[in-house]
Amino acid sequence: MIATEMSPQEIKSNKPYLDWGLSEKEYNYICEKLLKRLPNYTETGLFAVMWSEHCSYKKSKPVLREFPSQNERVLQGPGEGAGIVDIGDKQAVVFKAESHNHPSAIEPYEGAATGVGGIIRDIFSMGARPIAMLDSLHFGEIKQARTKYLINEVVAGIGGYGNCMGIPTVGGEMTFDDCYTGNPLVNAMCVGLMEQKDMQVGRAQGIGNAVMYVGAKTGRDGIHGATFASADFSDEKETQRSAVQVGDPFMEKLLMEACLELTNKHADWLVGIQDMGAAGLVSSSCEMASKAGSGLELVLDDVPQREPEMSAYEIMLSESQERMLLCIRAGFEQKVKKLFEDYGLEAVVIGRVVAGKQYLLKHNGQTVADIPVSSLTDDVLEEASQEQVPQRILQAQKKQQWIPQINNAAEVLTKLLQQPTIASKKMFTQTYDSQVRTNTVVGPGSDAAVLRVRGTKKALAMTTDGNGRFVYLDPKIGGKMAVIEAAANLIASGALPLAVTDCLNYGDPNDPAIYWELHQSVLGMAEACRTLDTPVISGNVSLYNESNGKAIYPTPMIGMVGLIRDLKHIIPSFVQHQGDLVYLVGQTKQDFAGSELQKMQLGEISGSLNEVNTTKITLRMKRLLTAMEKGLVASAHDLSEGGLAVALAETTFGTKYGIKGELSLSGAELFSETAGRFIVTVAPAKQKQFLAEMKDKVALIGKVSGESQLHLTYQDGQFNLDLEVVKGLWEDAIPCLMKSKD
Amino acid sequence: MKIAVVVFPGSNCDIDLYEALHTVCHADVAYVSHTQKSLAGFDAVMLPGGFSYGDYLRSGAIARFSNIMPAIIEFAQAGKFVFGTCNGFQILTEAGLLPGALKRNNGLKFICKTVELEVSNNQTAFTTQYQAGEHISLPIAHADGSYYADKATLEKLERNGQVVFRYAGENPNGSLNNIAGITNEQGNVLGMMPHPERAVEALLGNEDGLRLFKSILENGKIKEEAAL
Repeated sequence: MIATEMSPQEIKSNKPYLDWGLSEKEYNYICEKLLKRLPNYTETGLFAVMWSEHCSYKKSKPVLREFPSQNERVLQGPGEGAGIVDIGDKQAVVFKAESHNHPSAIEPYEGAATGVGGIIRDIFSMGARPIAMLDSLHFGEIKQARTKYLINEVVAGIGGYGNCMGIPTVGGEMTFDDCYTGNPLVNAMCVGLMEQKDMQVGRAQGIGNAVMYVGAKTGRDGIHGATFASADFSDEKETQRSAVQVGDPFMEKLLMEACLELTNKHADWLVGIQDMGAAGLVSSSCEMASKAGSGLELVLDDVPQREPEMSAYEIMLSESQERMLLCIRAGFEQKVKKLFEDYGLEAVVIGRVVAGKQYLLKHNGQTVADIPVSSLTDDVLEEASQEQVPQRILQAQKKQQWIPQINNAAEVLTKLLQQPTIASKKMFTQTYDSQVRTNTVVGPGSDAAVLRVRGTKKALAMTTDGNGRFVYLDPKIGGKMAVIEAAANLIASGALPLAVTDCLNYGDPNDPAIYWELHQSVLGMAEACRTLDTPVISGNVSLYNESNGKAIYPTPMIGMVGLIRDLKHIIPSFVQHQGDLVYLVGQTKQDFAGSELQKMQLGEISGSLNEVNTTKITLRMKRLLTAMEKGLVASAHDLSEGGLAVALAETTFGTKYGIKGELSLSGAELFSETAGRFIVTVAPAKQKQFLAEMKDKVALIGKVSGESQLHLTYQDGQFNLDLEVVKGLWEDAIPCLMKSKD
Repeated sequence: MKIAVVVFPGSNCDIDLYEALHTVCHADVAYVSHTQKSLAGFDAVMLPGGFSYGDYLRSGAIARFSNIMPAIIEFAQAGKFVFGTCNGFQILTEAGLLPGALKRNNGLKFICKTVELEVSNNQTAFTTQYQAGEHISLPIAHADGSYYADKATLEKLERNGQVVFRYAGENPNGSLNNIAGITNEQGNVLGMMPHPERAVEALLGNEDGLRLFKSILENGKIKEEAAL
């Protein structure tokens, strides 16, 4: 390979960097301003990956600054492997989400599996034990064989990795829409738990300290993965798709246990630890040096290699999985080696922290890179992007809003329950081990997953939410709704929302309309996060989610974690006792644009969204949480896709009860998707206290009945639905679609 | 009574077994690494669920060659209690301590859910606290749980009352004779695919597994007293 590498002069004239995602402007800036010479082949490769959007956030950075990222609970904000939040008792919760959209579109099993593997490493690199996985998956409508294949393989990849690691996959979401057919979204979130004293950082400092490599050997897989994730798909460019990495969860399990022993028992040996994720060895090593302001020298001949004759370029850019980089205090190298040997793993010194601020790479006795560390991490040219309001938004404002005609609400509800986005996902979630480590109090299929914190009275609630339809129709309001929806899921479980991680999935940001969507939706999310006091402590940006020139809906995913102070306050999503009063919390408005009902009846979404008052909703949710903590609430369920009618049905599923209700709403309003609403059941004896706590804006709409019937009387009609029957339809809808031949 | 929970590389229900015994049953329990060669000082040994050695080659196939296995085999032959759940069951069949084999589930997928079981034999050291024929619910979480044995072996298992747990509702994996758990002929080795250690606390919604551990602890105590 080395013999064929271009010389610096050839690079200048042949411009191979254009294919690696580096622009001519950036290349010239590197030559003229940063290095004051021409970079060689390896150096150019380093710049190309480190300056990719995936590593540098050069396009999204100006927008990401809008997010609040600190409050008194945040121990570690964005910039490390994952964010950390204080949960009391000297403990902390650690979490982050990451997208693996592009690899999953190509090789769905390994793409999803390595997405899970990568996010787990981010968590244990902070010194935390991963305790739960969640995901957020968006696919095309279940019609084509290719879509079914993608769904089956992504689900198998998530389960295959998480199950083997022994980390329960406890929750998540799955939606279906044509816009994701060519570019599915696979976002994974991992939550970890730690003692605050074990907190680690990804830093390499102290001249003479060792840089050690642990885990799997380096191969030629995934070279330029970060660059690949920063470009659009097109059928013609098929051959450019570099090899997707292959995961080995068993290796990662060993690596995790060994790293946790190191961080939790031998912190005095350790200076810093970081996962080798996107852009592998180059990003992990130069980020560790950059954060500490250190110089670094690596000898690439010492990097464990799986394949012969790898070039410096390949070694540095490989994205082989299950690898970690450590900075170890000089003198402790042998102890570290021994610790990893006990797990059957190799730990190798591949370099040292050196004086100065250069990033030096040696290979075959030659210096193959000698550039300032900061040139890779801090000097990236931020790109100002053009913004433009998309035509569809301007036009929608002029048009009249769609108001549905509902003649047979029971039939509409029955059909809605069978829409894939609403229907039961059990067929998939039951292939995930959701219980291993025996902390899962509430698993898949509820508003939020709940895990107890062993040895304490506390529990953690967690959820992932994203509804691209609303963001597509109005990025700012849709952004607010995504955050409100996540918070509502936590509140419904009895948890105080603590903080947020996100995956920002958008199309090509060079399109001014798409950049506008990104910017506006971040403004909306940031506003809701500030109101809720849930800072964004970690996250990831996935741009260029397009297939043959067509972008996905802008789909920010919100991952949120909440704290339940006492196990006694965990609130079930399902009705508990016959005779309990059913309350609707929050006002219902004419919110049909982007609703599941609109999609079902018109086959597409349109219209503009009504404003969402985050302050009012936050106050309402706080009151509800107080009522829950006072023991006044028997069950609670958040209203989302399909609105009140769907939520009423769902809240009875799996119980032997039904609901008899009387509402002052129209048949159409039963399906409105106004944000920030809940169905809450309350024992009659606690009614007075509950009402006093909630102040206003709750409506008594019925009672929990002893038979499995949903009996609703509303303004313009009434119906009686056998819940056993519709539950069966709700459960069978996706299995039927997955089995049908197209 | 002192219980060993063996930890293989890739075991991941080791903590669940340990906590069920230690925190819930207040038993004397310790982890034992696969690298150890002795089980001296222990009265029972438990093999946890998980993916020992990644389940590469075949579930349990590599674990049976680990350093600790001769000690476990010797332990079983001495009539001491050996219990394996999920991957532990797979290892026990691979090691020849229990007859038959566990194949890929009929549906070819990993399944995690709660299933209904019948206690088919409550006369074993592991099940005395259950009623004969009682129906209980326990979680399963496996991809390779379809029990298979040849006809003669199955007949022998049935004749000897070695089938201890049977799927009573739906058969989730295609196991022959709805077998979910079996003992060896002597009755001191139990392997089962369901996870009783996941069902020992009301907080997690199920306590049906608790009596299995209580049975072992009680019968261990009786044995100890008899030996004195």
